[in-house]
Amino acid sequence: MATKVFMEALSPTMEEGKLVKWLKNEGDTVKSGDPLGEVETDKAIMELVARGDGVLRKRLVSEGASVPVGTLVGVIATKDENIDDLPAGAAAPPGAPAPQPEKPDVPAPAVEAQQSTGPSRGTPVPAPQPPAPPRPPAAPPAASAPPAPVPSQQQPATSGAVRSSPLARRLASERGVDLGTLQGSGPNGRIIKRDVENAPAGGARAATAPNAPAISREGDYQDVPLNNIRKVIAKRLSESIGPIPTFYLTVELDLTRVMEMRAAMAELGDEFKVSVNDVLLKAISIALSQHPEVNAHWLGDRIRNFNRVHLGMAVATDDGLIVPVIWDADRKGMAQISREAKELAKRARERKLKPEEFTGSTFSVSNLGMFGIDQFTAIINPPEAGILAIGTGEDKLVVVDGEPVVRKRVRITMSCDHRVIDGAVGAKFLQTLRRLVENPLMLVY
Amino acid sequence: MASFDVIFLGGGPAGYVGAIRCAQLGLNTAVVEREGLGGTCVLWGCIPAKALLEAGHIADRLKHAPEFGVTPGEVKLDFGVAMKRSRAVSSQNSKGVEFLFKKNKITWIRGTAKLAGKNSVSVKTADGKEEKHDAKKAVVISTGSRVKGLPQIGLELNKKTVISSDEALILEKAPKSIIIVGAGAVGSEFADVFNAFGSQVTLVEVMPSVLPVEDADSSKEVERSFRKRGIAVLTGAKISNVKVGKDSVSMSIEAGGEKKDFKSDIVLVAAGRAPNVEDIGLKEQGVQLTERGFVKINERMETNVKGLYAIGDVAGPPMLAHKGEREGMIVAEVIAGHHAQVLDYTNIPGATYCHPEVASVGLTEQQCKDKKLDYKVGKFPFSANGRARTSGETEGFVKIIRGAKYGEILGAHIVGAHATEMIHELVLARTNEFTVEEIDLAVHAHPTLSEAIAEAALDSLGKMIHA
Repeated sequence: MATKVFMEALSPTMEEGKLVKWLKNEGDTVKSGDPLGEVETDKAIMELVARGDGVLRKRLVSEGASVPVGTLVGVIATKDENIDDLPAGAAAPPGAPAPQPEKPDVPAPAVEAQQSTGPSRGTPVPAPQPPAPPRPPAAPPAASAPPAPVPSQQQPATSGAVRSSPLARRLASERGVDLGTLQGSGPNGRIIKRDVENAPAGGARAATAPNAPAISREGDYQDVPLNNIRKVIAKRLSESIGPIPTFYLTVELDLTRVMEMRAAMAELGDEFKVSVNDVLLKAISIALSQHPEVNAHWLGDRIRNFNRVHLGMAVATDDGLIVPVIWDADRKGMAQISREAKELAKRARERKLKPEEFTGSTFSVSNLGMFGIDQFTAIINPPEAGILAIGTGEDKLVVVDGEPVVRKRVRITMSCDHRVIDGAVGAKFLQTLRRLVENPLMLVY
Repeated sequence: MASFDVIFLGGGPAGYVGAIRCAQLGLNTAVVEREGLGGTCVLWGCIPAKALLEAGHIADRLKHAPEFGVTPGEVKLDFGVAMKRSRAVSSQNSKGVEFLFKKNKITWIRGTAKLAGKNSVSVKTADGKEEKHDAKKAVVISTGSRVKGLPQIGLELNKKTVISSDEALILEKAPKSIIIVGAGAVGSEFADVFNAFGSQVTLVEVMPSVLPVEDADSSKEVERSFRKRGIAVLTGAKISNVKVGKDSVSMSIEAGGEKKDFKSDIVLVAAGRAPNVEDIGLKEQGVQLTERGFVKINERMETNVKGLYAIGDVAGPPMLAHKGEREGMIVAEVIAGHHAQVLDYTNIPGATYCHPEVASVGLTEQQCKDKKLDYKVGKFPFSANGRARTSGETEGFVKIIRGAKYGEILGAHIVGAHATEMIHELVLARTNEFTVEEIDLAVHAHPTLSEAIAEAALDSLGKMIHA
């Protein structure tokens, strides 16, 4: 009888596959286990193998096409078998790839179907579990699933792990290339040197993140591999809220001493005048330098904590938002920050920024205080892990020592990428910020 | 007339391995071979030469046996006996290939083949008959290469006084004196053999060093060892004034600013091999050759003619059995429609079996310099290796050249006893893109010669323990 060839879930997380290349022509004799084609999954290029003997009669998907898991992509049958009505009515239930000829009437549930692609294909791990070592082939994952033939040389990537050579890993880590975004050209989709060399820095992410760091030298940052808790947090929360699982923390900071300091400085002369925003930028930069775990990028397979602070500063222009960067803001004096902020904002509005002036930020700030906005939430600029939204500074009646007094206060809301920043981590950062802003003398400490 | 899926022209290491893999993949396969199966490697190269080298090595070891408390009686050297043993080993191996053909149901067509149109081969059998055979899927040219003389300087092969490795392998006795022209792998190996069997050996090389394709350190080490054993080594040499007599040859050799006259019973020409591209119908079928006269192929072993493939020596350098074997496996997978991994020609090891042995993979230090690579060298001498001391074979070293930044192995060079066995750790490392740190992480058993590899890796990191 005819065997339908479906796009199979070749990795536990695969939802669709691109048929990169057919390895068999229509009319070729195939045996169960023969590779029929190469399929690009979310992780690697792997082989789609025949689940029955016969002749590959039909190829229903052309090379280069992406189709969801479970799509009928070909038909294996005997040479003269009538298969005319097979392709038409053949849509398999999505997520139920490779029905086994032995029990065609029992639609396999999704998880079992994944496992039925072969016990030696790594272990499909339910999301919250840490990736376990591959199960020994001797113990089939589901007793009812008949072991499917798998070519012995096939060792696809297990969940979470990307097959790569040591040299490729070193190159990738130095160049900020996310191995998970690459297709390996080595044996069984292993990522090797040339794959990394041919990849754009920052991997595929670079294309979608205009503010990905353009210049990061070794030593400017520290890459932290994801531990299992971090992996599960990342996966679960992304599923819950979107690609960037964001939460918000708001603080109201007292500006009394900032105002006093500004006044004292202004008394020394006009050239020493700084704005509240300048002081806040300086304070935020210092706070970031003390919290590299917040001054961080999410790189998919790891988190990059930066030792240097390149502060992005959202500027509204007639064309829309742009985020120029104050480089090494934590090491610059308030006067210089003030000058650069003004200059960058001006040139942003004139559309005269050079590319290096609006790329490479490690963390960003948005300020809508001048529009009288009390408080708002800003949207994270990936791969950055957070952004601060600064509201307007205004006089408020607050209670100090049991007495109502008027104080200048500002509300700052931090948007946090929960994959990188947990609630307590963000809170500690804001504590540091509060200490700096409410005691601006600490800025010179 | 018979019909096959695939026909190989030539049953050397490339052709016979390709044929076996084709048969394994379910293709009906035939090999046309006029001589014995196994080709140059089994009959006239690797195998018989190594058998002779082993004989020479035993002779050399016996000289040092008294130091080990083993004093042999009178040691007699008989090249004829060594030669006969080497022929026996050779034919045993050839029979082994015959057995593999039977096991895999491969047809051996005995005769000389010629391409006869698309998908067709004509064979002239030993008894002069002409047969035609069909190859439905592919014809693979694996005709190999042959020895060549140096007629341009008056050294035309005459099989008596001017010989090639072919004749050297079947000499009844070692010549009293021999000049070997060419100090590549073949020349150096025969210099070693004949020196051990008492011949007065002069090894002449036009390039500035022996084993010119190897790292300069390797060449130097071998040259020193050769000189110590009484082999006259002339490098950067120019030969002129060749006179071929009845039982001797004389010539002038200029080397090191000196010009001297030399005379010997025999001259062995070991200056490269020529691809067998003639008389097999390449021109008639429009098959393209490279500038150097090899059949031109792509990474799938395809020639410019559809359905026609070429592998092994005839398809270009390096002319090494293991390169041909791998190409044979690839061509089989390509023909069978499988997905073949592309062969990385920079990862093919070189091996020379003279004593000390020389093995290498990847770039030489000079090549790293020429490419302006940022590299670091790690080197460990066998004189500091425990196992080498126990066997008294302390010549040589392990040298690893690594990328300065990432530690990848740019090149690895081993000179010493069993170097050709040890190199594979480094071939494996390079093939898998391991760095010197992965080599260090692998625990090496003690005492072994291979510890020198780990030490060289450590040395490249500035952390060597034992020297």
